[in-house]
Amino acid sequence: MAASNPVKGGRGGRRDRRARLGPAGHYLALAPFLVFVSVFLLYPTVVVVMGAFQDNGGHPTLSNLRAVTGSVYADAFVRSIELSAVTALVGAVLGALLSWAIAAAKPEGLVRRLVLAGCGVLAQFGGVTLAFAFIATVGVTGLATNLLRELFAIEPPRGGAWLFDMPGLMVVYTYFQIPLMVLVFLPAVEGLRPQWHEAVQSLGGSTWRYWRHVGGPVLSPAFLGATLLLFANAFSAYGTAAALVSQGSPIVPLQIRAFMTSEVITGQQNLGKALGLGMIVVVALFMGLYALLQRRTARWLR
Amino acid sequence: MRRTAAPRRWTGHSALRALVLAASALYFLLPLMAMLEFSTRGTTGRSLESWRAIGSTPAMLAGIRISLTQAVLTTALVLGLLVPTTAWVHLRVPQLRRAMELVCLLPLTIPAIVVVVGIADLYAWVTYLLGDSPLTLTFAYGVLALPYAFRAIDNGLSAMDLRTLAEAARSLGASWTTVLLRVMVPNLRVALVSAASLTMALVLGEFTLASLLNFDNLQVEINVIGKRDAGLSVAVALASMIFAFVVLFVLGFIGRRLPSTTSDDDVPAAVREEITS
Repeated sequence: MAASNPVKGGRGGRRDRRARLGPAGHYLALAPFLVFVSVFLLYPTVVVVMGAFQDNGGHPTLSNLRAVTGSVYADAFVRSIELSAVTALVGAVLGALLSWAIAAAKPEGLVRRLVLAGCGVLAQFGGVTLAFAFIATVGVTGLATNLLRELFAIEPPRGGAWLFDMPGLMVVYTYFQIPLMVLVFLPAVEGLRPQWHEAVQSLGGSTWRYWRHVGGPVLSPAFLGATLLLFANAFSAYGTAAALVSQGSPIVPLQIRAFMTSEVITGQQNLGKALGLGMIVVVALFMGLYALLQRRTARWLR
Repeated sequence: MRRTAAPRRWTGHSALRALVLAASALYFLLPLMAMLEFSTRGTTGRSLESWRAIGSTPAMLAGIRISLTQAVLTTALVLGLLVPTTAWVHLRVPQLRRAMELVCLLPLTIPAIVVVVGIADLYAWVTYLLGDSPLTLTFAYGVLALPYAFRAIDNGLSAMDLRTLAEAARSLGASWTTVLLRVMVPNLRVALVSAASLTMALVLGEFTLASLLNFDNLQVEINVIGKRDAGLSVAVALASMIFAFVVLFVLGFIGRRLPSTTSDDDVPAAVREEITS
């Protein structure tokens, strides 16, 4: 069907046009996507990146970046990275375990439907809503706080204020990382063919051997990829932190909020762009690592 | 040493799976139960006061309407752009696949909070051209949903033998539209439902762009109300979660109820119809 020799003229008009377009036509089909991405993704990115290197008058400068690598902001970056790494690792391991448990459930069954819908809500719906969920659970007068106090006379650390600082963010972030892991990782677990397990069994291999030599290696690129995705997810998250933390700005997204909403420092709005560039650099580092890993391991998936 | 018999090991696995599921259910349901408890506290005993207040808060109802519309529009935008483009890249320009993946994953490297910084000026133009409606956020939300939707669709396309299916259909005379709609989409339905649910949940839960670009939507209203009345706000948060859950749950049914075309004879059958019609 594919016309290797472009036919000129003739009656098969449709076929001719396609043949004449050739490779250019192949790229033309990508135009709508490219336009959308350029306007709403690439242009704003350029604005942030350029702005980070400009002063208020639009002149090139490094003072924004110099200010951002100062101690207060550097501390915020360290805290953001810690928060993302811990919650990504815990979320990935627990989420993979849950994916494995769900993968055995009937694909059309009620359990699977309930779990997937629940994961969708908790992973992507998160933000503000989950902040209030945890205020109701382990906040100063939350259900769990009250129960612990009444039954065991256990007082929450720092009078319940721990929820509104880094420890609280760790707990809530983990809560939405696990379901995201399930959503991202479950398709890979389902990609494991039962025949592979049967093949190992028929050759006398144990279940451990199957996971060690077949299941594990096949899933590991997907697992690593998903873990990096979880890191990016936590590092980028804003809603939960914005709703929980009202005093101070311990992590980078809250520092940016301060720049965007505070009137005192409106003269320095490009500092916010420099912080944004810093976030992009950190996450891009992880995604670059992910791309390298993918290239090395993708061949086992084919 | 010989292993134990297969059926017994299988039972052990099932028990472990059940244990994992039960522990997860407990972990994930506890905060939701706490929300129910928190939102039904009265001055003396239980009260539905907070829940009744939802219906009589017009700002809340408007927020729900806006977020729902945003979710539908964004899903349509993302699927409409990504499905044909990704399929085309897989089939015709596979050398661009990594480039497309990089572009689609770019929003992961550009957090929503940074997108706000970059897009604020652009939205001055968008609102100037299209009006000051929160629905214009659809474009920005499309960008946020890009990585998740792309990953789902790309995985779906990689999992099926796209080239063989497409070539079979094409060699029987099917147009590209037919290949897309009657061969790929049915085979992609799980991936499409996954992409759609991720997108809808993301939009229904979106707070960052709306709040910092000064548009009202569901989450912005929840946060604003939460400052006045924690009980009401927890009630609304729980209601919105249940609501999103129901939406995703129903969407899951719709996705799986489409006529199955995964069996071997069905794809040629669909193409055959196209030829004879």
